[in-house]
Amino acid sequence: MTTDSKTVSEPGRVETIDQVVIRFAGDSGDGMQIAGDRFTDESALIGNDLSTFPNYPAEIRAPAGTLAGVSAFQIHISDHEILTPGDAPNVLVAMNPAALKANVSDLPNGGILVINSDSFDERDLAKAGYETNPLEDGSLSAYRVYEIPMTSLTIEACKPTGAKPRDAERSKNFFALGLLSWLYHRPIGETEKWIARRYGRVPIVVEANTLAFRAGYNFGETAEIFESSYEIAPAEHIPGTYTNVTGNVALAWGLLAAAHLAKLPLFLGSYPITPASDILHELSKHKNFGVRTLQAEDEIAGIGAALGAAFGGALGVTTTSGPGLDLKAETVGLAVSLELPLLIVDIQRGGPSTGLPTKTEQSDLLHAMFGRHGEAPVPIVAAKTPSHCFDAAIEAARIALRYRTPVYLLSDGYLANGSEPWRLPAVESLPDISVEFASEPNATGADGEPAFWPYVRDPATLARPWAVPGTPGLEHRIGGLEKHDGTGAVAYEPGNHETMVHLRAAKITGIANDLAPVEADDPTGDARVLMLGWGSTYAAITAGVKRVRKAGRSVAQLHLVHLNPFPPNLGKVLRSYETVIVPENNLGHLTRLVRSDFLVDARVMSKVQGTPFRVGEIEDAIHEEIDRLEKESQQPDAAGGPNGAVAGHNGKEAEL
Amino acid sequence: MTDVAVPVTTRKDWASDQEVRWCPGCGDYTILSAVQLLLPELGVRRENTVFISGIGCAARFPYYMNTYGMHSIHGRAPAIATGLAVTRPDLDVWVVTGDGDSLSIGGNHLVHALRRNVKLTILMFNNQIYGLTKGQYSPTSEVGKITKSTPFGSLDTPFNPVSLALGAEATFVARTHDLDRKHMIETFRRAHDHPGASFVEVYQNCNVFNDGAFEAINGKENRADMLIPLEHGEPIRFGANGEHGVVSDGQGRLHVVEVADVGEQALLVHDEKRADPGLAFALSRLATGPHQPTPIGVFRAVERPDYGSLVDRQLLEASERAGAGDLSALLRSGATWSYD
Repeated sequence: MTTDSKTVSEPGRVETIDQVVIRFAGDSGDGMQIAGDRFTDESALIGNDLSTFPNYPAEIRAPAGTLAGVSAFQIHISDHEILTPGDAPNVLVAMNPAALKANVSDLPNGGILVINSDSFDERDLAKAGYETNPLEDGSLSAYRVYEIPMTSLTIEACKPTGAKPRDAERSKNFFALGLLSWLYHRPIGETEKWIARRYGRVPIVVEANTLAFRAGYNFGETAEIFESSYEIAPAEHIPGTYTNVTGNVALAWGLLAAAHLAKLPLFLGSYPITPASDILHELSKHKNFGVRTLQAEDEIAGIGAALGAAFGGALGVTTTSGPGLDLKAETVGLAVSLELPLLIVDIQRGGPSTGLPTKTEQSDLLHAMFGRHGEAPVPIVAAKTPSHCFDAAIEAARIALRYRTPVYLLSDGYLANGSEPWRLPAVESLPDISVEFASEPNATGADGEPAFWPYVRDPATLARPWAVPGTPGLEHRIGGLEKHDGTGAVAYEPGNHETMVHLRAAKITGIANDLAPVEADDPTGDARVLMLGWGSTYAAITAGVKRVRKAGRSVAQLHLVHLNPFPPNLGKVLRSYETVIVPENNLGHLTRLVRSDFLVDARVMSKVQGTPFRVGEIEDAIHEEIDRLEKESQQPDAAGGPNGAVAGHNGKEAEL
Repeated sequence: MTDVAVPVTTRKDWASDQEVRWCPGCGDYTILSAVQLLLPELGVRRENTVFISGIGCAARFPYYMNTYGMHSIHGRAPAIATGLAVTRPDLDVWVVTGDGDSLSIGGNHLVHALRRNVKLTILMFNNQIYGLTKGQYSPTSEVGKITKSTPFGSLDTPFNPVSLALGAEATFVARTHDLDRKHMIETFRRAHDHPGASFVEVYQNCNVFNDGAFEAINGKENRADMLIPLEHGEPIRFGANGEHGVVSDGQGRLHVVEVADVGEQALLVHDEKRADPGLAFALSRLATGPHQPTPIGVFRAVERPDYGSLVDRQLLEASERAGAGDLSALLRSGATWSYD
């Protein structure tokens, strides 16, 4: 936390700070995600810029009080533009010893530690693996510790409701939220309204949560244990109306928008899987948009039904994650062969196999690119921020519809659950992505009569006509067997197969003609190092690049949304930099692609810990590379090598 | 209906220009001709008719139909057809599948399409063998089947497809065979007209890899004594002169008897509309394989709202409740704030 004033002050003092990172941590049953979400909405209403990062265990209710069960929500709020949820918290709220143990090492010295002291009894200490009580053994002396008996204060506050202590205790997340709301001058009215809405069906819960929330707020104000409270001014914003969205909600809304813009009904076939399920949940709420959602019997049926719907003229979508992606591969191959529009939304998570279901990773890019038998090219679009998931969904749908092809839309666990303020677009400004169904015969049959050939191509896009059942005179059969170029009849001739393989490839490659050329962000024009990224690394890379520039050094940045095909001039842009570093939450997927496509010596900066890059890691890597280049320029013959590897986050040399 | 009259068609109109390429003598030919003979009688349009198949010999069927069609992936036809039927309730969607396609690799999709009661007409050609991969045993092959993959005999107990469909909450379950065109046509007609998922097992001879699998029950000389035609509301009896019949022993077991021994009054009366599938299930267990007297016809035909119409009802109710979807309002449905 950076402060504009002295840190020691009298009670009642208000300090103005420019930003803060707060982490709420507790047991997965403690309601930390709710506390974090509410704090986020309160901050959005003030007009702070913000970015959030929920981090929760894969187990729904891991044994209470254990390290495995710790759930956390980090929020970064500021009076200026920010992109990431912050590298490390300035404030840690720990509801039990396990939450403290799992998170305290991230808190820098001098950080604020708000602790629920009621939970530090022998049993909970033992469950967290503490041999001595950290509140008593001096191990927290580097922090500004505030011990508050939140459980008993909550139970006391809820007495008027008549709730049993065991039930009343469950409102302690609202006590913590109230306390932090006071500490950072958040408006409380909206949260009280929200409690009434959310728990309205159970009046006693509304009452208990409201009382606990107010008790926390009042405790901060009256207990005088905090030296000051803090204000953070609103950030400057581009004029407009804003809302706070998570990536999954933005993506679901993007799909609704895409169907609206395409003037097609939306069909989602999906099987529940973390962290993609929220898209199914969100779309299932909006049946008044005409969206049909099918919770299928498995991942294969989810995409199969979506493809069947596409055959019938709907915008067919399937959503998945992790192992679900593997199961869909065969149907994606069929969609390539049928040349029908289809969206496969993949919320990437840590793998292989079940891997890390709730943690983020970017390790599905090469699967999307190559994970099918045969020559089966598929376009790939990747979202870069939570709100960008909206635009990315529309763009993926545009490509699928225009080129009659399955398209992978890649998001990840970090984008899916993270949120940011989003300046809402005017619906009228969104692109028209509608396409026409075939309505007339397009060929002459052997009998001289007008005929419909399903594989006659549009010369500009190489897309075939989309003739939907119900259209008289266009009856036709399509299938997974190789088809004759033009008529679409089953064909095994060697020459025809080669023609079709090339046509399918050329169609996808040709999408690049439709994409705007990319330009690296290189304000000084003299940068030697280019930071190349895709997906959710956008926030950390952008923030890291900013810091380096603030330090007076030049660095360029380019972030890709289209990963197959690449934008038309990408090779030229990459070749104009001495070093291309690709931070990726994998072992080098994009790195491999650009190396093989453009013969540039791009190098991966890899991190696969289930968490995003920290800004500091990116910043350090850029400085290190600039230092190396500068040293090399001074000693042109010195060693250093063309492959001077980039130091990864862990200091090890990361190479392909 | 403002629709103009459905054009009169003949069998020829429903045949595509593709040469039919099943092995000469394959049972699939007679099934194809039964379907092509039936369709002109149904009063449906070619453009509104879709055949979807998976993989296998049977799965080539859509190529031979002058309708919309899709030859898809092994086992997945019911899933793909579900997406089509749910989004396009105006279409007649048929699924053509085989015993390997629907009961082995695609077993999951079949049972779920049936329990959901998706408006599909599913024709399952059962030849008790894998034909397209040249003769391995299938999930309906009898125990001990000697094939290339089971030189010492197969070990696994076969599925009884009718029992399976009944267990999957199917609302329409029937059986027919490829040597009786008239019976096929009437059974397919009933299946098509059923307002929901219908499942028809078609005993089909693979003359190359499993020739004569059903000879014991549908061979010309055996048919009368070995096939038990099910007629709703009629006593279950068979034989050239109706001399055989089926009775229930009161313990849930059914037995084949001589009518002369028990008297006509003792015969079980078939009731395809019974809500409880117990009777249909008992009938499906009467024969342990196609070597004992085997019921054919409609085992079960009950009505339950089809999945697609339930989905549409929810959409309608949501629109009535919340108004037609307004994208701009949706984007502003959470907490919003503005800067000038």
